[in-house]
Amino acid sequence: MLRYSEDHEWIQLDGDIGTVGISPHAIEQLGDIVFIELPEAGATVSKGDAVAVFESVKAASDIYSPATGEITSVNEAMLDDLTSITPDRATESWLFKVKLSDTSELDEMMDEAAYAAMIS
Amino acid sequence: MENRRTPLYDFHIAHGARMVPFAGWDMPVQYPAGIKAEHLACRSGAALFDVSHMAQIEVNGDGADALLERLTPTDLEAIKDGRVRYSLFLNETGGVLDDLMIARFEGALHLVVNAGRAAHDISHLKAHLIGADTRIKVHDKRALLALQGPGAATVLGDLGLDLDGFVFMDIGRFMLAGVECVVTRSGYTGEDGFEISMAASAAETIATLLAARDDVFICGLGARDTLRMEAGLPLWGHELDETINPVMAGLRFALSKRRREAGDFLGAKQILQDWDFGPKRTLVGLLPTGGRPVRDGTKLIMDGTPVGSVTSGGFAPSLDAPAAIGLVESQLAEPGTALIAATRGRETTVHVACLPFVPHRYVRGS
Repeated sequence: MLRYSEDHEWIQLDGDIGTVGISPHAIEQLGDIVFIELPEAGATVSKGDAVAVFESVKAASDIYSPATGEITSVNEAMLDDLTSITPDRATESWLFKVKLSDTSELDEMMDEAAYAAMIS
Repeated sequence: MENRRTPLYDFHIAHGARMVPFAGWDMPVQYPAGIKAEHLACRSGAALFDVSHMAQIEVNGDGADALLERLTPTDLEAIKDGRVRYSLFLNETGGVLDDLMIARFEGALHLVVNAGRAAHDISHLKAHLIGADTRIKVHDKRALLALQGPGAATVLGDLGLDLDGFVFMDIGRFMLAGVECVVTRSGYTGEDGFEISMAASAAETIATLLAARDDVFICGLGARDTLRMEAGLPLWGHELDETINPVMAGLRFALSKRRREAGDFLGAKQILQDWDFGPKRTLVGLLPTGGRPVRDGTKLIMDGTPVGSVTSGGFAPSLDAPAAIGLVESQLAEPGTALIAATRGRETTVHVACLPFVPHRYVRGS
């Protein structure tokens, strides 16, 4: 199940490993993406930390970690072709995986329906 | 306060535009194709922009030339009927209050000024009126479309316009689909192109006719900004403001010879000093290394000392790379000079480059 933050990140939990990306809505709003800075594997992050940056033609947008823990891997492959990051490929365009210190941290996040209501 | 809408608001919505507030107007920043695709379409074909937010002002009467000569460094005598000049409203210290186009057409002067500066400019013109024989008329019931790109002339030719001998910075009256239009061969993209003024009531007909063609791409303000940045064309509030004079901004061409020799325009003393001895600061192109754009307002640093700032920064689709314009101390304006752009705790090395990034392709007279 995907859970969403108010900043348009999603996280999918598998055991205590969360895969993090940004929503189709966020990808659409960013427009043409021209540069991405990803976090480094091994880094320790806290919920709400700015951990990645998406640069579009017009603006830079911070991406915040929806969870506290250690970054275990990052999706370097997505950097090979930034034009492949499209709203219909939001799950393939995951950014990083994080080993959560406390999975209950996600309890307050939105489910699909609540997120859809927020952006409508 | 509600933002103003151009006559093409419904057209933009119908074409899927993302609307944003800009200078008190609701304007399309992009359509579904996106800024890069729109930008590249303008460089390769023909692109349609709604620029109706810009103010169209007519100045007529015996004192019209004197009024404009008082407020700009332009030689009004040198603007023949049917011609357009780029000009600047200057302040007492030579700073730029706004940049504008001045056309002489059918006996009157026709100005086009920036949307965000229109109210200021109209007050400025009225404040300097002398006598009763000069009239200022704001044409707020007119729309303005820009058709830009190497394919623009072909599109208008197909629609019956005879453009033979109509060259860069000409103005004329043409019938387009039964609508009377005042057209200039000018623009803000560095490409050949046209700006087409018509009654607001006819704008949707003309825009729909143009947009329906396979060889015309509709573009928003996002692409307009990346196109003008690549072309090295200044934007007021970024490359131009009250503290930046035309010599610093690389606009020596806008200072007419007769006016320089007379030294009789506002701010002439400071501007002519900079003309002779060089300005302290100069606008330059900047090419960031590493693929990451630098943005407006970013400080530029050399050896730990602030030496300037980025005035416009983003991504240049025609270069497929980030690019920017910045104001730097003049001794650092040499192409190739490496500077540090420091933003949000990150440092990017940028190299000074010549402007424009993309050569202008205007169709000039012989």
